[in-house]
Amino acid sequence: MSAPEPMISVRHLWKVFGSNPEKIIGSADAGLSRTELRAKTGNTIAVRDVSFDVAPGEVFVVMGLSGSGKSTLVRCMTRLIEPTHGELELEGEDILKADDKRLRELRRTRFSMVFQHFGLLPHREVIDNIAYSLEINGVGKEARHARANEVIDLVGLQGYAHAYPEQLSGGMQQRVGLARALAVDPQVLFLDEPFSALDPLIRRDMQAEVIRLHHELGKTMVFITHDLAEAVKLGDRIAIMRDGAVVQIGTPEQLVAEPADDYVANFVRDFPKSHVLTLRWIARPLADGEDLSGPVLLPTLSVRDAARQVLEAGTVARIMDGDKLLGVVGAQDILSVIAGASN
Amino acid sequence: MSTTVLEKTPLKSEQSPKRKLSLTGRRSAFLSVFFLVFAIAFRGKATLPLDRSSLTGFQESLNSLSAWIDNNRDSNPFFTTFVNVVRNSIEWLVNFFQHGISQSGDSRIIPQIGWLGVVVIIGCVVYAISNFRMSLFAMSGFVVLGLLGFWQESMDTLVLTMAAVLLSLIIGIPLGVLAGLFPKFENFLTPALDFAQVMPTFVYLTPVTLFFLIGPASATIVTLIYAVPPALRITAVAIKEVPWSSVEAAVSMGSTRWQALRKVQLPQAKRTIVVGINQTIMAALSMVTIAALIDAPGLGQVVVRALESLDVGRSFQAGLGIVILAVVLDRSTTAAASKVDSGNIVNESRRSRKTILTVLGVIALLGILTSRIFSWAGAFPGSGLLGAKISTWVNNYVNWFQMHFVSITNDITNVVSYGLINPMQTLLTQSPWFITGLAFVGLSWIFGGKPLAAISTFCVLAIVGTGLWSDTMVTLASTLVAAIITVALGILVGTWIGRNKKADRWIRPILDAGQVLPAFVYLVPFLGLFGATRFTAIMAAVVYAAPASIKLMADGIRGVPATIIEAATAAGSSPWQMIIKVQIPSARRALALATNQGIIYVLAMIVVGGLVGAGGLGYLVVAGFSQENLKGKGLAAGLAIVLLGIMLDRITQAIAHKSSKGLSSAAH
Repeated sequence: MSAPEPMISVRHLWKVFGSNPEKIIGSADAGLSRTELRAKTGNTIAVRDVSFDVAPGEVFVVMGLSGSGKSTLVRCMTRLIEPTHGELELEGEDILKADDKRLRELRRTRFSMVFQHFGLLPHREVIDNIAYSLEINGVGKEARHARANEVIDLVGLQGYAHAYPEQLSGGMQQRVGLARALAVDPQVLFLDEPFSALDPLIRRDMQAEVIRLHHELGKTMVFITHDLAEAVKLGDRIAIMRDGAVVQIGTPEQLVAEPADDYVANFVRDFPKSHVLTLRWIARPLADGEDLSGPVLLPTLSVRDAARQVLEAGTVARIMDGDKLLGVVGAQDILSVIAGASN
Repeated sequence: MSTTVLEKTPLKSEQSPKRKLSLTGRRSAFLSVFFLVFAIAFRGKATLPLDRSSLTGFQESLNSLSAWIDNNRDSNPFFTTFVNVVRNSIEWLVNFFQHGISQSGDSRIIPQIGWLGVVVIIGCVVYAISNFRMSLFAMSGFVVLGLLGFWQESMDTLVLTMAAVLLSLIIGIPLGVLAGLFPKFENFLTPALDFAQVMPTFVYLTPVTLFFLIGPASATIVTLIYAVPPALRITAVAIKEVPWSSVEAAVSMGSTRWQALRKVQLPQAKRTIVVGINQTIMAALSMVTIAALIDAPGLGQVVVRALESLDVGRSFQAGLGIVILAVVLDRSTTAAASKVDSGNIVNESRRSRKTILTVLGVIALLGILTSRIFSWAGAFPGSGLLGAKISTWVNNYVNWFQMHFVSITNDITNVVSYGLINPMQTLLTQSPWFITGLAFVGLSWIFGGKPLAAISTFCVLAIVGTGLWSDTMVTLASTLVAAIITVALGILVGTWIGRNKKADRWIRPILDAGQVLPAFVYLVPFLGLFGATRFTAIMAAVVYAAPASIKLMADGIRGVPATIIEAATAAGSSPWQMIIKVQIPSARRALALATNQGIIYVLAMIVVGGLVGAGGLGYLVVAGFSQENLKGKGLAAGLAIVLLGIMLDRITQAIAHKSSKGLSSAAH
């Protein structure tokens, strides 16, 4: 990403649970594995030296299995959990230095959060759930209901304004969660496994909804998930976490094409590579006996989308970035990706 | 010796839970044999008996403490600036309510609000918090109170209950919220709350009167001690059970602590807090009737006087009044709780609610006015004819019953007395104090290790210090007999209704109702049937304690995982094998808890039984109320009850803990 000024900047963020957590960081113990450290000092490292930037308007996905520290990381970023060490900036403002008052102000106006288990207030109607953060910010009833109604339309909850959360299905409840997060028109949305509690069909609808909202509103999003398919579908970039540390950050195709280690490779092994891998990654020099008479294709085209043209061409396709020839791709290359041959 | 080895190798003991348990079993058996052999061998020696009228030095000094307080009540700054101020404020509050609905004031011969006004107000309030049917029910209940001839007494009981509930909630709810928010604060409060709830209600009476004199102020304070813990505890639970996710969401949106509490936690905790209010009201009512012993006005006093003169009919009549009051208060507040529950979905519009409340207010006002203008609506008409009739009818019935069944009741009394109570009492009172004490300490050591053994050592020595060892053993004997019967009932009935849903549906409401009634009421029917004997006290205690034990046991049986039952059925267990080999062993912890609760409830009631001839410590407490020179002895008896209670509670809890530990390691 080439954005000069990141929306969010995370530098060397640590979260250590247990007594005297500061002592661990920088000591030799920080290098121990989780189980070793717990046996030795009783501390648990939930987030280990995490650094990354999120560009304005980007969808940044943090992916990991349960216990990898991704939920703790997102809570550290909103300071629902106080990080042990590190730097955290939102548009250049040091969030970790914010006092309680400033922090509440930021939460009320700049960023908001969507939760896995929705976290709706069962004693309030949908409209008052959505208007909650406006209400605690002192917005009058009329104004906040007007704004809530706008967001209700935006997320497709028309007609449910006066229902109570428990009367709605899971998917509809999470729409309320989304609407509530959008009500204050924040710059950043943090979504903590928002669709994990939903069944697969509803989940697909909701993913489409997030993509649509992102197109319409262009919010910066930090999206937590344990589902690779979801990460690939939504993420501009993905950070993969393991045991509290980030093992790789990259675009979906980078992760699939160049996994940083065996862990990531194992993770992406069963993922259909042709969906994310673009021609850029499989272009190769012209071999003997091949000619350049085939079709010209863009390097950003996915293997899956290029398959038909290459297979029908009978000869290799040229991959052109403008006037520059990056290489060629033949039927054999396409088929080996689709068949999922391991490397 | 061998325990130290065992403690050092926890791994090994976990691997063989069976051997560990049998070790505990062997030790307990050894301890029992040791106790029996030495108790019989040294019987009659070092039994520390004390005449009813003689006093030890410790008791004399309590007497002089009491005298000192009496002499300095109006001069010592602690009394003039604190104790007396509290007393006067509470008395003012109670007086205010009393002039409102129960007692004549300075300018009026009848209270400010006559009976019709009260009935209408009750109807309106109950309608506002629950529904129309409940409102009719409550109004008829109050009219029956008048018909029983106890209008004023009922109103006095209601006034005291209201005053105590009001103060309990003012104290209990904020503290409960704090305890719910701050676990450290809760940990700090828990021992005090445990202590207040384990102590038999009877024992705070004398110490409180020492400071606050007898009368409504003391009655309110003892009631507070008993009613604040449930208010506080349930509020704390209510706050804690609000899902963390919704609190977190509120914080993530920038709520302040106060906003999160007011807009998220309290609204969601409302239902449970209303349940807590219900519990507080029931606890207060129960205690207000017992406070009759320290001159609290109301229905309780009628019961006490009638018990003292063995007038079963009249005590039944007043007992019925208490039951009616209890049922009305319980039902209407329970209905209120379920209304809060459904309030989320049934969207009662705010406007219609306002209209309803206005109309109710007008009706209540009309009722009050009518009751002030017309004399028939002021003082309850008639002279309690219904009550007198019931009283006569009960007395006749009791006489008839005693005449025709005297041999049967005597037989029952004798069988239990000679078969159970006497041997137990002889064994305990005739055993040297250090042998019995050593048995207690040994038992504590087996189940609770050194810390518990230390507690028990302290308790035993302190009981000896009160000079009432022998009386304590009398109380212990009755307590153990009643506890044995209670636990037996708990296992039988509990297992039955735990296995049989249909039986559960029939029996559980009876148990619930049993737990709602004030302890006092249980003495009445048994007094009628069995006269003033230890047996009456024991049976009343069993009836008082059994519901708790039965329910705990039933829940334990029901809580055995369905997969275990399924596996045992698949293995071909007969129903009997299922009960003996699967369900009861799996519900071992519930059984131990049922025993613990059974003993605590029984002890509380056995000492109340001092009123009807149970003897022992309870009798001494009662004697302390009425005879100035026995006041110190009564205080010492109260102390002995507390010490005995703590020891029994700790030991049975340790046993419960140990049995649940055995269970979890067996499950691995």
